[in-house]
Amino acid sequence: MAALDVRNLRKAYGDQEVVAGLSFAVDSGTCFGLLGPNGAGKTTTLRLCLGLTAPAGGDITLNGHAIPAAAQLARARVGVVPQFDNLDPDFTCAENLLVFGRYFGMADSDIRRHIPQLLDFAGLAGKADARIATLSGGMKRRLTLARALINDPDIVFLDEPTTGLDPQARHLIWDRLKQLKSAGKTLILTTHFMDEAERLCDTLIVIDHGRKIAEGSPRALIAEYIEPQVVEVFDEARGQLTPFVERHRLLCERVETSGETAFFYCRDPRPLLAALAEAEGLRYVHRASNLEDVFIKLTGRELRD
Amino acid sequence: MHATLPAHRPSLTGFLPVWQRNFLVWRKLALPSILGNLADPLIYMLGLGYGLGAMLPSVDGQPYVAFLAAGTVCASTMNAATFEALYSAFSRMHVQKTWDAILNTPLGLADVVAGELFWAATKSLFSGAAILVVITAMGLTNGPLMLWALPAIVLTGLAFAALGLIWNALAPSYDFFMYYFTLFITPMTLISGVFFPTDQLPGWLAAIGGWLPLAQGVALVRPLLAGQVPADALMHIMALLATTGVAFAIALHLTRRRLLK
Repeated sequence: MAALDVRNLRKAYGDQEVVAGLSFAVDSGTCFGLLGPNGAGKTTTLRLCLGLTAPAGGDITLNGHAIPAAAQLARARVGVVPQFDNLDPDFTCAENLLVFGRYFGMADSDIRRHIPQLLDFAGLAGKADARIATLSGGMKRRLTLARALINDPDIVFLDEPTTGLDPQARHLIWDRLKQLKSAGKTLILTTHFMDEAERLCDTLIVIDHGRKIAEGSPRALIAEYIEPQVVEVFDEARGQLTPFVERHRLLCERVETSGETAFFYCRDPRPLLAALAEAEGLRYVHRASNLEDVFIKLTGRELRD
Repeated sequence: MHATLPAHRPSLTGFLPVWQRNFLVWRKLALPSILGNLADPLIYMLGLGYGLGAMLPSVDGQPYVAFLAAGTVCASTMNAATFEALYSAFSRMHVQKTWDAILNTPLGLADVVAGELFWAATKSLFSGAAILVVITAMGLTNGPLMLWALPAIVLTGLAFAALGLIWNALAPSYDFFMYYFTLFITPMTLISGVFFPTDQLPGWLAAIGGWLPLAQGVALVRPLLAGQVPADALMHIMALLATTGVAFAIALHLTRRRLLK
Protein backbone atom coordinates (compact mmCIF):
# COMPACT_ATOMS: atom_id res chain seq x y z
CA MET A 1 0.00 0.00 0.00
CA ALA A 2 1.21 3.48 -0.79
CA ALA A 3 1.82 5.62 2.28
CA LEU A 4 0.59 8.62 0.33
CA ASP A 5 -1.29 8.64 -2.94
CA VAL A 6 -2.11 11.91 -4.67
CA ARG A 7 -4.19 12.03 -7.83
CA ASN A 8 -4.81 15.04 -10.01
CA LEU A 9 -4.59 17.46 -7.08
CA ARG A 10 -5.64 21.06 -7.66
CA LYS A 11 -5.62 24.18 -5.51
CA ALA A 12 -6.11 27.79 -6.50
CA TYR A 13 -5.86 31.09 -4.64
CA GLY A 14 -7.94 33.62 -6.54
CA ASP A 15 -7.03 33.29 -10.20
CA GLN A 16 -3.70 31.70 -9.46
CA GLU A 17 -3.53 27.94 -9.65
CA VAL A 18 -0.89 26.96 -7.07
CA VAL A 19 -1.27 23.21 -7.53
CA ALA A 20 -2.34 22.32 -11.05
CA GLY A 21 -3.16 18.66 -11.48
CA LEU A 22 -0.43 17.00 -9.42
CA SER A 23 -0.21 13.19 -9.14
CA PHE A 24 2.35 11.09 -7.29
CA ALA A 25 2.59 8.13 -4.95
CA VAL A 26 4.96 7.42 -2.06
CA ASP A 27 5.78 3.82 -1.19
CA SER A 28 5.82 2.85 2.47
CA GLY A 29 9.27 2.84 4.05
CA THR A 30 10.88 5.06 1.43
CA CYS A 31 12.11 8.63 1.45
CA PHE A 32 10.29 10.82 -1.04
CA GLY A 33 11.45 14.27 -2.11
CA LEU A 34 9.24 17.14 -3.25
CA LEU A 35 11.54 19.58 -5.02
CA GLY A 36 10.89 22.85 -6.74
CA PRO A 37 11.89 26.52 -6.74
CA ASN A 38 10.31 29.01 -4.33
CA GLY A 39 6.63 29.39 -5.04
CA ALA A 40 6.40 26.11 -6.93
CA GLY A 41 3.64 24.85 -4.63
CA LYS A 42 5.61 22.57 -2.29
CA THR A 43 4.31 23.82 1.05
CA THR A 44 0.75 24.08 -0.28
CA THR A 45 1.00 20.46 -1.45
CA LEU A 46 2.13 19.37 2.03
CA ARG A 47 -0.70 21.31 3.66
CA LEU A 48 -3.19 19.67 1.30
CA CYS A 49 -1.80 16.21 2.11
CA LEU A 50 -2.22 16.90 5.84
CA GLY A 51 -5.80 18.08 5.36
CA LEU A 52 -5.00 21.64 6.51
CA THR A 53 -6.61 23.18 3.47
CA ALA A 54 -9.27 21.91 1.11
CA PRO A 55 -8.32 20.97 -2.45
CA ALA A 56 -10.23 22.39 -5.39
CA GLY A 57 -10.04 18.97 -7.01
CA GLY A 58 -8.36 15.59 -6.93
CA ASP A 59 -7.94 12.75 -4.43
CA ILE A 60 -5.50 12.26 -1.56
CA THR A 61 -5.07 9.06 0.44
CA LEU A 62 -2.74 9.30 3.43
CA ASN A 63 -1.97 6.10 5.30
CA GLY A 64 -5.18 4.57 3.97
CA HIS A 65 -7.38 7.53 4.92
CA ALA A 66 -9.13 9.87 2.51
CA ILE A 67 -7.95 13.45 2.95
CA PRO A 68 -9.36 15.87 3.99
CA ALA A 69 -12.44 13.85 5.09
CA ALA A 70 -10.49 11.68 7.58
CA ALA A 71 -7.49 13.98 8.06
CA GLN A 72 -7.63 14.02 11.87
CA LEU A 73 -7.63 10.24 11.94
CA ALA A 74 -4.74 10.09 9.47
CA ARG A 75 -2.69 12.67 11.40
CA ALA A 76 -2.71 10.42 14.47
CA ARG A 77 -0.06 8.29 12.71
CA VAL A 78 1.84 11.18 11.13
CA GLY A 79 4.62 13.45 12.35
CA VAL A 80 5.35 16.91 10.95
CA VAL A 81 8.54 18.99 11.02
CA PRO A 82 7.34 22.40 9.80
CA GLN A 83 9.46 24.81 7.80
CA PHE A 84 9.67 27.30 10.66
CA ASP A 85 10.20 26.13 14.22
CA ASN A 86 7.11 26.63 16.32
CA LEU A 87 8.35 25.17 19.59
CA ASP A 88 6.74 26.53 22.73
CA PRO A 89 9.15 29.21 24.00
CA ASP A 90 7.70 29.14 27.52
CA PHE A 91 8.57 25.48 28.02
CA THR A 92 11.64 23.36 28.50
CA CYS A 93 12.58 20.67 25.98
CA ALA A 94 10.85 17.95 28.01
CA GLU A 95 7.74 20.07 28.53
CA ASN A 96 7.51 20.72 24.81
CA LEU A 97 7.40 16.97 24.21
CA LEU A 98 4.96 16.35 27.05
CA VAL A 99 2.49 18.99 25.90
CA PHE A 100 2.75 17.81 22.30
CA GLY A 101 2.13 14.17 23.20
CA ARG A 102 -1.10 15.21 24.92
CA TYR A 103 -2.38 16.57 21.61
CA PHE A 104 -2.26 12.96 20.39
CA GLY A 105 -4.29 11.80 23.36
CA MET A 106 -1.31 10.04 24.94
CA ALA A 107 -1.22 9.51 28.70
CA ASP A 108 1.38 11.57 30.60
CA SER A 109 3.10 8.44 31.92
CA ASP A 110 3.37 7.06 28.38
CA ILE A 111 4.83 10.32 27.07
CA ARG A 112 7.28 10.65 29.98
CA ARG A 113 8.57 7.16 29.25
CA HIS A 114 9.41 8.17 25.67
CA ILE A 115 10.99 11.55 26.40
CA PRO A 116 14.51 10.38 27.37
CA GLN A 117 14.95 8.22 24.27
CA LEU A 118 13.59 10.95 22.00
CA LEU A 119 15.94 13.54 23.46
CA ASP A 120 18.76 11.05 23.11
CA PHE A 121 17.87 10.41 19.47
CA ALA A 122 17.89 14.16 18.82
CA GLY A 123 21.30 14.57 20.45
CA LEU A 124 19.71 16.52 23.30
CA ALA A 125 20.40 14.15 26.18
CA GLY A 126 20.88 16.28 29.29
CA LYS A 127 18.83 19.13 27.82
CA ALA A 128 15.49 17.97 29.21
CA ASP A 129 15.20 21.01 31.46
CA ALA A 130 16.80 23.52 29.11
CA ARG A 131 14.64 26.43 27.97
CA ILE A 132 14.04 26.84 24.25
CA ALA A 133 15.70 30.27 24.20
CA THR A 134 18.99 28.70 25.27
CA LEU A 135 19.09 26.25 22.33
CA SER A 136 21.03 26.81 19.10
CA GLY A 137 19.25 26.73 15.75
CA GLY A 138 20.40 23.17 15.17
CA MET A 139 19.20 22.05 18.60
CA LYS A 140 15.78 23.61 18.02
CA ARG A 141 15.52 21.82 14.70
CA ARG A 142 16.42 18.52 16.34
CA LEU A 143 13.91 19.08 19.12
CA THR A 144 11.28 19.76 16.46
CA LEU A 145 12.21 16.43 14.88
CA ALA A 146 11.94 14.69 18.26
CA ARG A 147 8.56 16.35 18.79
CA ALA A 148 7.35 15.04 15.42
CA LEU A 149 8.22 11.52 16.60
CA ILE A 150 6.36 11.65 19.93
CA ASN A 151 3.49 9.54 18.57
CA ASP A 152 5.85 7.02 16.90
CA PRO A 153 4.43 7.96 13.48
CA ASP A 154 4.43 5.78 10.35
CA ILE A 155 4.94 8.79 8.10
CA VAL A 156 7.01 11.91 8.78
CA PHE A 157 6.58 15.09 6.75
CA LEU A 158 9.60 17.40 6.75
CA ASP A 159 9.33 20.86 5.20
CA GLU A 160 12.89 22.08 4.51
CA PRO A 161 14.33 20.30 7.56
CA THR A 162 17.88 21.66 7.29
CA THR A 163 17.37 25.21 6.02
CA GLY A 164 19.51 27.62 8.03
CA LEU A 165 21.66 24.95 9.69
CA ASP A 166 25.45 24.68 9.71
CA PRO A 167 27.07 21.65 8.02
CA GLN A 168 27.52 19.73 11.28
CA ALA A 169 23.89 20.16 12.20
CA ARG A 170 22.75 19.19 8.70
CA HIS A 171 24.80 16.00 8.77
CA LEU A 172 23.33 15.04 12.12
CA ILE A 173 19.79 15.55 10.82
CA TRP A 174 20.60 13.51 7.70
CA ASP A 175 21.98 10.73 9.84
CA ARG A 176 18.83 10.67 11.97
CA LEU A 177 16.57 10.67 8.93
CA LYS A 178 18.45 7.67 7.55
CA GLN A 179 17.96 5.91 10.88
CA LEU A 180 14.23 6.62 10.72
CA LYS A 181 14.06 5.17 7.23
CA SER A 182 15.92 2.05 8.39
CA ALA A 183 13.32 1.75 11.13
CA GLY A 184 10.68 1.47 8.42
CA LYS A 185 9.23 4.96 8.51
CA THR A 186 8.13 6.79 5.40
CA LEU A 187 9.74 10.21 4.96
CA ILE A 188 8.27 12.93 2.79
CA LEU A 189 10.48 15.98 2.51
CA THR A 190 10.75 19.23 0.66
CA THR A 191 14.13 20.83 0.26
CA HIS A 192 16.10 23.40 -1.71
CA PHE A 193 19.32 21.50 -1.18
CA MET A 194 19.95 19.14 -4.05
CA ASP A 195 22.75 17.35 -2.22
CA GLU A 196 20.26 16.65 0.58
CA ALA A 197 17.72 15.19 -1.85
CA GLU A 198 20.42 13.19 -3.60
CA ARG A 199 21.62 11.69 -0.32
CA LEU A 200 18.27 10.92 1.25
CA CYS A 201 15.59 10.40 -1.38
CA ASP A 202 14.74 7.10 -3.00
CA THR A 203 12.45 8.87 -5.40
CA LEU A 204 11.61 12.48 -5.93
CA ILE A 205 9.52 14.72 -8.09
CA VAL A 206 10.39 18.20 -9.31
CA ILE A 207 7.45 20.54 -9.47
CA ASP A 208 7.17 24.02 -10.93
CA HIS A 209 4.07 26.23 -11.19
CA GLY A 210 2.13 23.48 -9.43
CA ARG A 211 2.92 20.86 -12.07
CA LYS A 212 5.19 17.85 -11.99
CA ILE A 213 8.02 18.27 -14.47
CA ALA A 214 10.19 15.26 -13.59
CA GLU A 215 10.01 12.11 -11.49
CA GLY A 216 12.44 9.34 -10.61
CA SER A 217 15.35 8.34 -8.41
CA PRO A 218 18.16 10.92 -8.17
CA ARG A 219 20.46 8.68 -10.24
CA ALA A 220 17.85 8.03 -12.90
CA LEU A 221 17.07 11.73 -13.19
CA ILE A 222 20.73 12.61 -13.59
CA ALA A 223 21.15 9.90 -16.24
CA GLU A 224 18.00 10.98 -18.04
CA TYR A 225 18.47 14.73 -18.13
CA ILE A 226 22.16 15.53 -17.86
CA GLU A 227 25.46 14.61 -19.48
CA PRO A 228 27.56 12.70 -16.92
CA GLN A 229 30.45 15.20 -16.64
CA VAL A 230 30.51 18.90 -15.92
CA VAL A 231 33.39 21.32 -16.31
CA GLU A 232 32.80 24.71 -14.72
CA VAL A 233 35.09 27.37 -16.16
CA PHE A 234 35.61 30.67 -14.30
CA ASP A 235 36.95 33.89 -15.78
CA GLU A 236 39.95 35.06 -13.77
CA ALA A 237 41.28 37.80 -16.03
CA ARG A 238 38.04 39.29 -17.36
CA GLY A 239 37.24 38.95 -21.03
CA GLN A 240 38.87 35.55 -21.46
CA LEU A 241 35.76 33.46 -20.96
CA THR A 242 33.59 34.51 -23.91
CA PRO A 243 36.25 33.88 -26.59
CA PHE A 244 37.10 30.54 -24.97
CA VAL A 245 33.44 29.46 -24.96
CA GLU A 246 33.03 30.55 -28.60
CA ARG A 247 36.10 28.62 -29.69
CA HIS A 248 35.45 25.40 -27.75
CA ARG A 249 31.66 25.21 -27.71
CA LEU A 250 31.66 22.11 -29.88
CA LEU A 251 33.93 20.09 -27.60
CA CYS A 252 30.91 19.45 -25.36
CA GLU A 253 27.30 18.49 -25.78
CA ARG A 254 25.96 21.62 -24.09
CA VAL A 255 27.31 24.90 -22.68
CA GLU A 256 25.54 27.36 -20.39
CA THR A 257 27.01 30.69 -19.34
CA SER A 258 25.93 32.44 -16.16
CA GLY A 259 27.81 35.61 -15.24
CA GLU A 260 31.50 34.88 -15.01
CA THR A 261 31.07 31.10 -15.17
CA ALA A 262 30.54 28.72 -18.08
CA PHE A 263 29.13 25.24 -17.49
CA PHE A 264 30.25 22.64 -20.07
CA TYR A 265 28.13 19.49 -19.94
CA CYS A 266 30.00 16.59 -21.60
CA ARG A 267 30.10 12.86 -22.14
CA ASP A 268 33.87 12.98 -22.70
CA PRO A 269 35.59 15.96 -21.09
CA ARG A 270 39.14 15.10 -22.22
CA PRO A 271 39.36 17.39 -25.30
CA LEU A 272 37.98 20.31 -23.26
CA LEU A 273 40.37 19.67 -20.38
CA ALA A 274 43.26 19.62 -22.86
CA ALA A 275 42.11 22.97 -24.25
CA LEU A 276 41.81 24.39 -20.72
CA ALA A 277 45.36 23.30 -19.92
CA GLU A 278 46.52 25.64 -22.71
CA ALA A 279 44.20 28.54 -21.87
CA GLU A 280 45.30 31.63 -19.95
CA GLY A 281 43.31 33.49 -17.33
CA LEU A 282 40.77 30.77 -16.70
CA ARG A 283 40.24 28.52 -13.75
CA TYR A 284 38.10 25.41 -13.82
CA VAL A 285 36.51 22.61 -11.80
CA HIS A 286 35.81 19.21 -13.27
CA ARG A 287 33.13 17.16 -11.53
CA ALA A 288 30.45 14.54 -12.02
CA SER A 289 27.04 15.97 -12.81
CA ASN A 290 24.54 16.05 -9.96
CA LEU A 291 20.94 16.69 -9.11
CA GLU A 292 21.46 20.44 -8.96
CA ASP A 293 22.37 20.39 -12.66
CA VAL A 294 19.12 18.55 -13.37
CA PHE A 295 17.17 21.03 -11.24
CA ILE A 296 18.69 24.05 -12.97
CA LYS A 297 18.11 22.54 -16.38
CA LEU A 298 14.48 21.85 -15.60
CA THR A 299 13.60 25.07 -13.80
CA GLY A 300 16.02 27.57 -15.36
CA ARG A 301 18.75 29.77 -13.91
CA GLU A 302 16.74 32.90 -13.31
CA LEU A 303 15.89 33.88 -9.74
CA ARG A 304 12.55 32.91 -8.20
CA ASP A 305 11.12 34.91 -5.36
CA MET B 1 -12.47 28.47 -6.19
CA HIS B 2 -13.47 28.15 -2.55
CA ALA B 3 -13.45 24.59 -1.40
CA THR B 4 -14.21 23.96 2.24
CA LEU B 5 -12.86 21.44 4.67
CA PRO B 6 -15.32 18.95 6.10
CA ALA B 7 -16.48 19.40 9.65
CA HIS B 8 -14.28 17.10 11.64
CA ARG B 9 -14.91 14.35 14.14
CA PRO B 10 -16.76 16.00 16.98
CA SER B 11 -14.75 15.55 20.14
CA LEU B 12 -15.89 16.79 23.49
CA THR B 13 -12.46 16.51 25.09
CA GLY B 14 -10.26 17.70 22.20
CA PHE B 15 -10.01 21.15 23.75
CA LEU B 16 -8.53 19.77 26.98
CA PRO B 17 -4.85 19.38 25.96
CA VAL B 18 -4.97 22.91 24.50
CA TRP B 19 -6.37 24.24 27.77
CA GLN B 20 -3.73 22.24 29.69
CA ARG B 21 -0.95 23.76 27.60
CA ASN B 22 -2.06 27.28 28.48
CA PHE B 23 -2.54 26.35 32.10
CA LEU B 24 1.02 24.97 32.27
CA VAL B 25 2.41 28.25 30.92
CA TRP B 26 0.29 30.25 33.36
CA ARG B 27 1.40 28.12 36.30
CA LYS B 28 4.99 29.15 35.67
CA LEU B 29 4.05 32.81 36.01
CA ALA B 30 1.05 32.47 38.32
CA LEU B 31 2.00 34.75 41.19
CA PRO B 32 2.90 37.88 39.19
CA SER B 33 -0.12 37.19 37.00
CA ILE B 34 -2.54 37.07 39.91
CA LEU B 35 -1.03 40.13 41.59
CA GLY B 36 -1.14 42.05 38.32
CA ASN B 37 -4.76 41.11 37.73
CA LEU B 38 -5.69 42.06 41.24
CA ALA B 39 -3.81 45.28 41.87
CA ASP B 40 -5.21 47.52 39.17
CA PRO B 41 -8.95 46.93 39.71
CA LEU B 42 -8.53 47.08 43.49
CA ILE B 43 -6.76 50.42 43.35
CA TYR B 44 -9.59 51.83 41.27
CA MET B 45 -12.23 50.28 43.46
CA LEU B 46 -10.75 51.51 46.71
CA GLY B 47 -9.88 54.94 45.36
CA LEU B 48 -13.24 55.61 43.77
CA GLY B 49 -15.25 53.58 46.25
CA TYR B 50 -14.05 55.35 49.38
CA GLY B 51 -13.00 58.66 47.82
CA LEU B 52 -16.06 59.22 45.70
CA GLY B 53 -18.28 57.12 47.97
CA ALA B 54 -17.64 59.49 50.89
CA MET B 55 -19.45 62.21 48.96
CA LEU B 56 -22.38 59.99 47.97
CA PRO B 57 -25.42 58.80 49.84
CA SER B 58 -26.06 55.08 49.52
CA VAL B 59 -26.48 53.87 45.95
CA ASP B 60 -29.35 51.48 45.23
CA GLY B 61 -29.64 50.87 48.93
CA GLN B 62 -26.00 49.98 49.58
CA PRO B 63 -22.77 51.90 50.31
CA TYR B 64 -21.16 53.09 47.08
CA VAL B 65 -18.04 51.01 47.68
CA ALA B 66 -20.12 47.82 47.89
CA PHE B 67 -22.02 48.84 44.76
CA LEU B 68 -18.74 49.44 42.96
CA ALA B 69 -17.22 46.21 44.26
CA ALA B 70 -19.79 44.14 42.38
CA GLY B 71 -19.18 46.17 39.23
CA THR B 72 -15.43 45.70 39.66
CA VAL B 73 -15.78 41.92 39.86
CA CYS B 74 -17.61 41.92 36.53
CA ALA B 75 -15.35 44.44 34.81
CA SER B 76 -12.24 42.49 35.91
CA THR B 77 -13.79 39.28 34.67
CA MET B 78 -14.49 40.92 31.34
CA ASN B 79 -11.02 42.41 31.08
CA ALA B 80 -9.22 39.18 31.97
CA ALA B 81 -11.17 37.16 29.38
CA THR B 82 -10.76 39.87 26.78
CA PHE B 83 -7.00 40.29 27.23
CA GLU B 84 -6.50 36.54 27.04
CA ALA B 85 -8.66 36.12 23.94
CA LEU B 86 -7.01 39.07 22.19
CA TYR B 87 -3.36 39.56 23.06
CA SER B 88 -2.45 36.13 24.41
CA ALA B 89 -4.41 34.13 21.84
CA PHE B 90 -2.99 36.31 19.09
CA SER B 91 0.55 35.58 20.30
CA ARG B 92 -0.12 31.89 20.15
CA MET B 93 -1.95 32.01 16.83
CA HIS B 94 0.05 34.56 14.88
CA VAL B 95 3.41 35.16 16.52
CA GLN B 96 4.50 31.86 18.07
CA LYS B 97 2.49 29.75 15.60
CA THR B 98 1.50 27.47 18.46
CA TRP B 99 -1.86 26.84 16.79
CA ASP B 100 -0.13 25.74 13.58
CA ALA B 101 1.87 23.20 15.56
CA ILE B 102 -1.29 21.85 17.19
CA LEU B 103 -3.08 21.61 13.85
CA ASN B 104 -0.42 19.15 12.67
CA THR B 105 -1.70 16.71 15.31
CA PRO B 106 -5.06 14.88 15.34
CA LEU B 107 -6.67 17.94 16.93
CA GLY B 108 -8.75 20.23 14.74
CA LEU B 109 -9.28 23.97 14.71
CA ALA B 110 -12.52 23.62 16.72
CA ASP B 111 -10.47 21.98 19.51
CA VAL B 112 -7.92 24.79 19.44
CA VAL B 113 -10.45 27.63 19.49
CA ALA B 114 -12.56 25.87 22.15
CA GLY B 115 -9.39 25.35 24.21
CA GLU B 116 -8.69 29.08 24.00
CA LEU B 117 -12.31 29.91 24.86
CA PHE B 118 -12.29 27.79 28.01
CA TRP B 119 -8.82 28.96 28.95
CA ALA B 120 -9.76 32.64 28.66
CA ALA B 121 -12.86 31.93 30.76
CA THR B 122 -10.63 30.18 33.30
CA LYS B 123 -8.36 33.22 33.50
CA SER B 124 -11.39 35.41 34.03
CA LEU B 125 -12.54 33.10 36.81
CA PHE B 126 -9.14 33.43 38.53
CA SER B 127 -9.36 37.17 38.22
CA GLY B 128 -12.99 37.54 39.32
CA ALA B 129 -12.56 35.07 42.19
CA ALA B 130 -9.44 36.84 43.47
CA ILE B 131 -11.36 40.12 43.70
CA LEU B 132 -14.25 38.31 45.30
CA VAL B 133 -11.93 37.00 48.02
CA VAL B 134 -10.55 40.45 48.73
CA ILE B 135 -13.91 42.23 48.88
CA THR B 136 -15.36 39.46 51.03
CA ALA B 137 -12.42 39.88 53.43
CA MET B 138 -13.24 43.59 53.48
CA GLY B 139 -16.82 42.80 54.46
CA LEU B 140 -18.32 44.12 51.21
CA THR B 141 -20.35 40.97 50.52
CA ASN B 142 -23.32 39.64 52.38
CA GLY B 143 -23.93 35.97 53.06
CA PRO B 144 -23.19 32.64 51.35
CA LEU B 145 -25.34 33.44 48.31
CA MET B 146 -22.30 35.30 47.01
CA LEU B 147 -20.70 31.93 46.15
CA TRP B 148 -23.18 31.77 43.26
CA ALA B 149 -21.27 34.70 41.79
CA LEU B 150 -18.58 32.21 40.75
CA PRO B 151 -20.68 30.51 38.04
CA ALA B 152 -21.92 33.94 36.99
CA ILE B 153 -18.30 35.00 36.58
CA VAL B 154 -17.63 31.93 34.42
CA LEU B 155 -20.61 32.73 32.18
CA THR B 156 -19.51 36.34 31.83
CA GLY B 157 -15.95 35.22 31.09
CA LEU B 158 -17.12 32.75 28.43
CA ALA B 159 -19.15 35.42 26.65
CA PHE B 160 -16.24 37.88 26.54
CA ALA B 161 -13.76 35.17 25.58
CA ALA B 162 -15.94 34.22 22.60
CA LEU B 163 -16.41 37.85 21.58
CA GLY B 164 -12.66 38.49 21.87
CA LEU B 165 -11.88 35.48 19.70
CA ILE B 166 -13.92 37.01 16.88
CA TRP B 167 -11.76 40.12 16.97
CA ASN B 168 -8.65 37.97 17.25
CA ALA B 169 -9.58 36.12 14.05
CA LEU B 170 -9.79 39.45 12.21
CA ALA B 171 -6.68 41.11 13.66
CA PRO B 172 -3.76 41.93 11.37
CA SER B 173 -1.61 43.00 14.35
CA TYR B 174 -1.70 43.84 18.06
CA ASP B 175 -2.56 47.47 17.26
CA PHE B 176 -5.96 46.34 16.02
CA PHE B 177 -7.01 45.42 19.56
CA MET B 178 -7.00 49.03 20.70
CA TYR B 179 -10.11 49.62 18.57
CA TYR B 180 -11.89 46.82 20.36
CA PHE B 181 -11.29 48.55 23.68
CA THR B 182 -12.08 52.09 22.57
CA LEU B 183 -15.11 51.17 20.46
CA PHE B 184 -16.62 48.36 22.51
CA ILE B 185 -15.16 47.60 25.94
CA THR B 186 -14.75 51.10 27.36
CA PRO B 187 -18.17 52.49 26.30
CA MET B 188 -19.81 49.28 27.46
CA THR B 189 -18.16 49.53 30.85
CA LEU B 190 -19.67 53.01 31.26
CA ILE B 191 -23.25 52.06 30.33
CA SER B 192 -23.51 48.65 31.99
CA GLY B 193 -23.91 49.75 35.57
CA VAL B 194 -20.35 49.10 36.71
CA PHE B 195 -19.65 52.57 38.15
CA PHE B 196 -23.15 53.97 38.56
CA PRO B 197 -26.75 52.75 38.21
CA THR B 198 -27.96 52.84 34.62
CA ASP B 199 -31.06 54.83 35.55
CA GLN B 200 -28.72 57.85 35.53
CA LEU B 201 -28.45 57.42 31.75
CA PRO B 202 -30.86 58.63 29.06
CA GLY B 203 -33.47 55.90 28.61
CA TRP B 204 -32.35 54.80 25.13
CA LEU B 205 -28.72 54.48 26.24
CA ALA B 206 -29.68 52.51 29.35
CA ALA B 207 -31.77 50.24 27.11
CA ILE B 208 -28.79 49.55 24.84
CA GLY B 209 -26.59 48.97 27.86
CA GLY B 210 -29.06 46.49 29.30
CA TRP B 211 -28.64 44.26 26.25
CA LEU B 212 -24.85 44.12 26.48
CA PRO B 213 -23.18 41.11 28.06
CA LEU B 214 -21.44 43.09 30.79
CA ALA B 215 -24.81 44.33 32.06
CA GLN B 216 -26.06 40.72 32.11
CA GLY B 217 -23.11 39.79 34.31
CA VAL B 218 -23.64 42.77 36.60
CA ALA B 219 -27.36 41.95 36.90
CA LEU B 220 -26.41 38.52 38.22
CA VAL B 221 -23.39 39.34 40.37
CA ARG B 222 -24.52 42.50 42.19
CA PRO B 223 -27.62 41.01 43.89
CA LEU B 224 -25.73 37.81 44.72
CA LEU B 225 -23.00 39.74 46.52
CA ALA B 226 -25.67 41.65 48.42
CA GLY B 227 -27.23 38.36 49.49
CA GLN B 228 -30.25 38.47 47.16
CA VAL B 229 -31.47 36.21 44.38
CA PRO B 230 -31.16 38.14 41.07
CA ALA B 231 -34.35 39.08 39.31
CA ASP B 232 -34.77 37.47 35.87
CA ALA B 233 -31.72 35.29 36.55
CA LEU B 234 -32.65 32.74 33.91
CA MET B 235 -32.95 35.40 31.24
CA HIS B 236 -29.49 36.79 32.02
CA ILE B 237 -27.99 33.30 32.08
CA MET B 238 -29.55 32.44 28.73
CA ALA B 239 -28.38 35.75 27.26
CA LEU B 240 -24.77 35.06 28.30
CA LEU B 241 -24.91 31.49 27.01
CA ALA B 242 -26.42 32.60 23.72
CA THR B 243 -23.75 35.29 23.32
CA THR B 244 -21.08 32.65 23.96
CA GLY B 245 -22.55 30.17 21.49
CA VAL B 246 -23.13 32.59 18.65
CA ALA B 247 -19.84 34.44 19.11
CA PHE B 248 -17.90 31.18 19.29
CA ALA B 249 -19.47 29.95 16.04
CA ILE B 250 -18.56 33.22 14.32
CA ALA B 251 -15.03 33.17 15.76
CA LEU B 252 -14.50 29.57 14.61
CA HIS B 253 -15.75 30.35 11.13
CA LEU B 254 -13.52 33.42 10.79
CA THR B 255 -10.48 31.63 12.21
CA ARG B 256 -11.02 28.74 9.80
CA ARG B 257 -11.10 31.21 6.94
CA ARG B 258 -7.91 32.79 8.20
CA LEU B 259 -5.78 29.73 8.97
CA LEU B 260 -7.06 26.88 6.81
CA LYS B 261 -7.45 28.68 3.51
